[in-house]
Amino acid sequence: MAPKNSKVSRNPNLIPGIGKYSRSQMYHKKGLWAIKAKNGGQFPHHEKKAKPETTSEKPPNFYPADDVKKPLVNKRKPKPTKLRTSITPGTVLIILTGRFKGKRVVFLKQLPSGLLLITGPFKINGVPLRRVNQSYVIATSTKVDISGVDVNKLDDKYFGKKAEKKKKKGEGEFFEAEKEDKNVLPQEKKDDQKLVDASLIQSIEAVPDLKAYLAARFSLKSGMKPHELVF
Amino acid sequence: MPFKRYVEIGRVALVNYGKEYGRLVVIVDVIDQNRALVDAPDMVRTQMNFKRLSLTDIKIDIKRIPKKKTLIQAMQEADVQGKWEKSSWGRKLIVQKKRASLNDFDRFKLMLAKIKRGGLIRQELVKLKKESAS
Repeated sequence: MAPKNSKVSRNPNLIPGIGKYSRSQMYHKKGLWAIKAKNGGQFPHHEKKAKPETTSEKPPNFYPADDVKKPLVNKRKPKPTKLRTSITPGTVLIILTGRFKGKRVVFLKQLPSGLLLITGPFKINGVPLRRVNQSYVIATSTKVDISGVDVNKLDDKYFGKKAEKKKKKGEGEFFEAEKEDKNVLPQEKKDDQKLVDASLIQSIEAVPDLKAYLAARFSLKSGMKPHELVF
Repeated sequence: MPFKRYVEIGRVALVNYGKEYGRLVVIVDVIDQNRALVDAPDMVRTQMNFKRLSLTDIKIDIKRIPKKKTLIQAMQEADVQGKWEKSSWGRKLIVQKKRASLNDFDRFKLMLAKIKRGGLIRQELVKLKKESAS
């Protein structure tokens, strides 16, 4: 028989603490008479498992003066932020903050941290593969066909800051060593960008004017009321 | 100077306030100095204050408080919907609704179309100017 998930009590509460059935009625309901009969008139009795011998504990040599409270156990596992229903893979989003504000951009997927993975595509409007917070984005109702794009290898670790190597401070080399590490984008990231954008650009060019749309920035003009606009 | 649109049975009016805002209704009876009984094919017959109604030019031929079926038939015969959509008032409202429902992408396409149209007009203008100058 399939195991029952919830343990429902056979003795419904009339009032919390007072059950409907008496002790002897419950004896019959739980079938304890059948268990006894099966075991030859006696209730089945199992010998206690012998506990392994533990060495006697030493009394502690330090008792703290005040009772220190132990923090309560926290089993909460953070989930990625709830994605707005208007944002689905392939939606065109309008970024509102940062250096790409006003740019119209294609949404690829939501990363486990909750941030949205977007791409310009880079060739069209200069926005690379990037993470963006849902709160700083307007979702339009325009969708791009995103079926040919593979974004499985992109996750939060890909975008994280690289751990800096520790530099030894030598007296004479101080000023020269500063100029060493310029932030060059590694070639593999450029290749990833090209890979993701290739099929995207094809599906974008299939729709008339969509390329020019993504290349243009969004701005509020005179007479536009954001609360009345349909995006 | 004299009035042209009268409150009468069969006068089609536009609701300009309240829950039924924007609906075309027909006045089927006058209750008192301020109120009329109005009806529309997809609405329960209700009373409305005249202040909530804007009279149109359209009038249909019905008797006082017709049955729903009769009303619908009369509206079809007079082609109220068609006349409304052809009238300049009706066309304006349709354009307003369309503009309000435009997507961000649609607004972009509209902008491109306007620029294109302006360019064509300017070309024609230049041509005409040259012709008139020569």
